[in-house]
Amino acid sequence: MPGKELHKRKQSIIGQFPRGSKSIIRRRDDEGGIELGEGADEWTQAKTLIKPPDQLDLTDAELKEEITRILTANNPHAPQNIVRYSFKERAYKQMSVVEQLAVHFTLCGNLIFRDSDEGRRQSLRQSTMSAVVPVTTSFVVEDLEEDVELKEDTSQATLMPAAPEEQEEQEQEPEQEQPRPRLIQERKLTNQFNFSERASQTYNNPIRDRACQMEPPPRATFSANANQWEIYDDYVEELQKLEKSKEKEKQKAPVSKKQDKTRGRKLTSLESQSDDITKVAKAAKIVERMVNQNTFDDVAQDFKYFEDTSDDYRDNLGTLLPLWKFQYDKAKRLAVTALCWNPKYKDLFIVGHGSYDFVKQSRGMLLLYTLKNPSFPEYIFNSESGIMCADVHVDHPYLIVVGFYDGNVAIYNLKKPASSQPGYKSSAKHGKHTDPVWQVKWQKDDMDNNLNFFSVSSDGRIVSWTLVKNELVHTDVIKLLVEGTTVEGPEGLQLQTIGCGTSFDFHKKIDYLFLVGTEEGKIYKCSKSYSSQFLDIFDAHHMAVDAVNWNPFHSKVFISCSSDWTVKIWDHTIKTPMFIYDLNSAVGDVAWAPYSSTVFAAVTTDGKAHVFDLSVNKYEAICIQAVVAKKKNKLTHIQFNPIYPIVIIGDERGHVICLKLSPNLRKMPKEKKGQEVQKGPEVEIAKLDKLLNLVREPAAKTSK
Amino acid sequence: MADTGEGKKEEADYKRLHMFPLIRHSDMPEEMRVEAMELCVTACEKYATNNESAAKMIKETMDKKFGSSWHVVIGEGFGFEITHEVKNLLYMFFGGSLAVCVWKCS
Repeated sequence: MPGKELHKRKQSIIGQFPRGSKSIIRRRDDEGGIELGEGADEWTQAKTLIKPPDQLDLTDAELKEEITRILTANNPHAPQNIVRYSFKERAYKQMSVVEQLAVHFTLCGNLIFRDSDEGRRQSLRQSTMSAVVPVTTSFVVEDLEEDVELKEDTSQATLMPAAPEEQEEQEQEPEQEQPRPRLIQERKLTNQFNFSERASQTYNNPIRDRACQMEPPPRATFSANANQWEIYDDYVEELQKLEKSKEKEKQKAPVSKKQDKTRGRKLTSLESQSDDITKVAKAAKIVERMVNQNTFDDVAQDFKYFEDTSDDYRDNLGTLLPLWKFQYDKAKRLAVTALCWNPKYKDLFIVGHGSYDFVKQSRGMLLLYTLKNPSFPEYIFNSESGIMCADVHVDHPYLIVVGFYDGNVAIYNLKKPASSQPGYKSSAKHGKHTDPVWQVKWQKDDMDNNLNFFSVSSDGRIVSWTLVKNELVHTDVIKLLVEGTTVEGPEGLQLQTIGCGTSFDFHKKIDYLFLVGTEEGKIYKCSKSYSSQFLDIFDAHHMAVDAVNWNPFHSKVFISCSSDWTVKIWDHTIKTPMFIYDLNSAVGDVAWAPYSSTVFAAVTTDGKAHVFDLSVNKYEAICIQAVVAKKKNKLTHIQFNPIYPIVIIGDERGHVICLKLSPNLRKMPKEKKGQEVQKGPEVEIAKLDKLLNLVREPAAKTSK
Repeated sequence: MADTGEGKKEEADYKRLHMFPLIRHSDMPEEMRVEAMELCVTACEKYATNNESAAKMIKETMDKKFGSSWHVVIGEGFGFEITHEVKNLLYMFFGGSLAVCVWKCS
């Protein structure tokens, strides 16, 4: 019987099984398919609203009407008035709490908990069958089986008594239970969601202790006693200090106030500022020069290395190559009235600023530039009156003597540049000139080793100034009197016309000999020893003599230039000029070259520079070059650098231009084969003598 | 210097002249010193009659500005020997009769 029963049951299961599973699968597919279909529809087609046939047709107004509905948790079908009999009060009472729960649908689940009794029973039953039918079903299927079984059981119950069998089964199964459960346990449930849990444990980093001790902040001890008398004493001391410093300021102040009332305040403020900068001044200066060297690199290269190769084809003519241009904003409108190279530092030169215009006289400025810094002056000195001339002491290159338009002379000391005031200055009571000082020149120290210099002015005096114990002592050396021009004044007064000195130069070798050029165009040859008499008078020019210069090599030769457009070369023993050159414009300045006895350069008011080399061309300049572009701008001064082949030229606008002489302008005698090249002053003297001899003889003839 | 026989006028002069703060000793940096000095002046002027309040004010303000552990002594006469952190000491006179000592030590 049990075998039959099993078989039958098996059949029924087989018969039921595929159908059930199929239907379930299909149902699921259907649901999925419907959902998919709907989703696809939404994408592909626009929604069309389908109205139910019995829908009310409402107007817009009715549609817009707001109908409020309040949804509550109350069950509308629940009875509101349940009355129950209360035994306590022995009366019917209305129930206050009404059950609001309404059950609409219930469905009993058919899942069984595996570990429950029923579950175990079922799994046992299955395991008996699994020997015949391999079970590869999901949980759901199992449940279905159960369902079917139950139904069968009930249906069979009518046919035969199933209870004893069941019991038999239950009795038999415990015996079989021992081996079977393993099989069941081996069957693994597949995880529907492919969920896996993993965990791992890593080692924790070991914990260590670290400690350090730093040095305590430095400490110091301080002790004092505070009491009234100490406080008082300190206050008094402080006050006394203050007073002293005030007095010092006062002592300083009057000097600057006298000479510089307007700028006094500014200066003090500037001074205090400069004090702070002094620490880095040197470094700043180095950096400034480096920057300048960088910006003007090409110019510096030209200055050092460039040689104009085109000179070879130019037939002895030369050119001037402009290098740096020096200018300073505050000296923009002030003419360059003095130029002078420093004898010790060959890259440093002095520029005096003032005005040659009689009507437009204003302040003056003394600037020192270096070639190493073309953009800003090295030293700046301001003066109230225009500077007309300047000279640097040969042995003390920090001492600069200047002559002012107002007739004063002053000495600036570069070692004390802070004050911006001259170290020594003449005054009205100490014999200052009454007219502009046109030239100043340092002399050798006198017998007592006192510094001294000469000055010449349009008031006709030539004054020797000596620095004795920080004071300028003056001595009139000579008075320029024009001979035979004594005018009979009223009441028998004899007035003498005075020659107005404009320039002078001292002989390089003969100590006492010097030349003075005047406004009348005469050149006086004078001696320091005779104050009343002239050694000679040259009728040199028709207009003011702007410059006289002894030749640096030949002791007899000097050059002069004038506003009458001419430059003349003289032998001081002969009264007539050796050479005359007409430059077609007023000549501002003339200078001998330091490297050759026959080369000189002149600047004219039409803005041109002329360079002559007598050994190359006796009649014409070998270089005429416009240095400034504007015709209005006049050139005022020219100076050769003592060692480099460059000149500096000053103009009326306050600019100083540095120019390089091309090779033709500084030609040396060519080397001849087998002959030693002679050098030195003798050769230069001979060279010039040779030239002069050509002129002297006819000149001597004419004079006869 | 301190003559007892000063006239009233001189005394007034003395008062007027000696009003300014006088730094007797300080190793503070410039900025800090100026600030501390001004603070002392403000405090002493605010609490002209109460040195304790002035000292309290100075201490609290200095604590706020330059970190904690400041100590302040104000008085007309006192002696002291202190250990202070370097660059954190100010010893000054003010108003002709007050001595103020401010230092930091933690």
